[in-house]
Amino acid sequence: MRTVRLRYLPVALAALALVLPVTSLTDAQSKGTIKIATQSPLSGGQAALGEGIKLGTQLAIEKLKGPIEKLGFKVELVPFDDQAKPDVGVANAANVIADKDILVVVGHLNSGVAIPASEKYKEAQLAMISPANTNPTVTDRNYLNVSRVCGRDDVQGVVGAEFAKTTLKAKTAYVIHDKTTYGQGVAEFFKADAEKKGIKILGFEGTEEKSNFDPIITPMKAKNPDLIYFGGIYDQAAPFFKQAREKGVKATFMGPDGMDSSDLTKIAGKAVQGMYYTSVAGPVSVYPAAKEFAKQYKDKFKKDPEPFAAQAYDATAIGLKAIEAAIKASGGKVPSREQVSVAVRKTKHTGITGTIEFDEKGDPKKALYFVLQVASDDPGKWGDNKEVKRLSIAAPPLKKS
Amino acid sequence: MDFPLLIGIFPQVLLDGLILGFMYALIALGYTMVYGVLEFINFAHSEIFVVGAFVGVEILLTLQAAGLLEIFSPFLVLLVVLLLGMLASGLLAVTVERVAYRPLRGAPRLIPLISAIGVSFFLQDAVRLVESIWRNAFNLVYPTMDTLNIRYSFTETLDVSVKSLVVIVASLLMLWGLHALVNRTKIGKAIRAVAEDQATASLMGINVNRMISLTFLIGGAMGGAAGVLFGVQYSLINPYTGFIPGLKAFTAAVLGGIGNIPGAMLGGLVLGLLEAFAASYLSLLTGGAFGAEYKDIFAFSILILILIFRPKGLLGEVVRERA
Repeated sequence: MRTVRLRYLPVALAALALVLPVTSLTDAQSKGTIKIATQSPLSGGQAALGEGIKLGTQLAIEKLKGPIEKLGFKVELVPFDDQAKPDVGVANAANVIADKDILVVVGHLNSGVAIPASEKYKEAQLAMISPANTNPTVTDRNYLNVSRVCGRDDVQGVVGAEFAKTTLKAKTAYVIHDKTTYGQGVAEFFKADAEKKGIKILGFEGTEEKSNFDPIITPMKAKNPDLIYFGGIYDQAAPFFKQAREKGVKATFMGPDGMDSSDLTKIAGKAVQGMYYTSVAGPVSVYPAAKEFAKQYKDKFKKDPEPFAAQAYDATAIGLKAIEAAIKASGGKVPSREQVSVAVRKTKHTGITGTIEFDEKGDPKKALYFVLQVASDDPGKWGDNKEVKRLSIAAPPLKKS
Repeated sequence: MDFPLLIGIFPQVLLDGLILGFMYALIALGYTMVYGVLEFINFAHSEIFVVGAFVGVEILLTLQAAGLLEIFSPFLVLLVVLLLGMLASGLLAVTVERVAYRPLRGAPRLIPLISAIGVSFFLQDAVRLVESIWRNAFNLVYPTMDTLNIRYSFTETLDVSVKSLVVIVASLLMLWGLHALVNRTKIGKAIRAVAEDQATASLMGINVNRMISLTFLIGGAMGGAAGVLFGVQYSLINPYTGFIPGLKAFTAAVLGGIGNIPGAMLGGLVLGLLEAFAASYLSLLTGGAFGAEYKDIFAFSILILILIFRPKGLLGEVVRERA
């Protein structure tokens, strides 16, 4: 067998030799390839949201790469799976900065991953445009290369507490969080502001538990709060809410934008019907300009866009615009990463989720905050969730330390 | 401090702890039986537990899709699911032994241990692969069966759901069945003989390999049953769900005296109760300074204390023979 295979080797080599010049010829026509990386969880419990970020970026590149291609560059997407784990995100970040063709990163989903990973990007001054990271620290470090298109948790927590006080008229609340940078962060902002507004906090617990919430629910049920706030992400919150309802907890449920995925109802079903969540990313239906996006997304990927897919689309659009501007500024050559980062900050973009303009530290000058209510226990109807409240709030200025 | 509250939730916490403890006990049996016979830790056991849970959820989801879930009595459905889950996990455990452990039987102790860790990783990702191709899902949810969610209230703070009762009754029956099998039947005697001395047992006409396979079958089946019950009780599973319960059950087996069957049961219950009480009471007693997240630290600190004073585990010395 071995000799037979070897006999074909020269033929294979000859074939390869024929193909190679052709490919290098087409390469010669373009000035090179510019890559945009995504970093989001593509596997594991939060893959639904993470995939939305990847697909939103993919769609944006396909639709909007024209101007850069006219300048003679190919544009490619390089998706990375950060598994929602800080260590994986940082390891990926090292690979991202090692690939010199990557000029923009769209990501991450989790603030706890974005913060350490962006330290790596900073070494190379590589622009990261975040569609979803809401923890204040992401931009409060005042890094030139880190920007985001969404709101912040120090505002989102307050929006939640305000809603709990004025609309829900809650007198007591119990706060749970997942001990991540994001979940604990937003839970603490909620708690601080709720206390200020006179809501009594009956308990504040962090847990990494994913399946058995019995021992947490028992004291909670005995204290009988009006409201339970879960600072965390749906894959952990959903079984918690389900078990709490099954155990007879009657409180109203509430959470931050980490609840915003159809998987929440897929897991918890009736238990979360009617619950409230705040978000920095409204459902696609609230943005008039996003209708066309939702249709294209569904045609192409055969599913409705998950939350943050539209934000990823806009983040990518900003990245592409900035790259285009940077190419022009450097006389048609590949711009440096720092040039792109500078260009991102200067970009003013009217996208499908509104007009985005960055302040000095990388927050959008004004961001939208929503309070939404889960409409149905059918995950297919996640897009029908009712918008209860909408606020446009400016990002807090950088604290001078 | 709110004493009426502390006392009021006591029975409920006790019940939560018992349910968790029974689940740990069922898983711990797999570890302890294999250790009793082969003196090595089968780290793939946590994945055998998860496979049981996945077989259970697949059957239930298939029944639900066919519209049959509402027709049959939920107890009958549960019994069938439990038996099939046990069968699948038991057979998987036997296969794992045949493929990954038996060829290494004469090798130094650490070698099959490494092999077990490898099998564990392999099974985790195999389950993930199959589920992502088959259902395109990572988390799977046990369908809600309304009858099982009915709750009986005893007092203001204590109520019991039907499924919790099912978990307790099923665990008790299985633990009793295993105890009877090992101590009262000929097969049980043969397994104990192999555990005592393989060479002598084979001289007495016992087929050692068959008895070892049988040990894996029984231990795996218990793990599979625990998997199904875990899914019914806590409803959400994913391919990595087994890791933490597996680790805890292994600890329970060591706590009870590894190799000792009643020890594994006792160890599971003690660990489950410690965990439930720590998680519910720590933040109440310390005014929020130590929250529920410290439950494992608390439970394991007590375990270390127990093992300092009883290095062979709670029942490690009372019963001399293994398995």
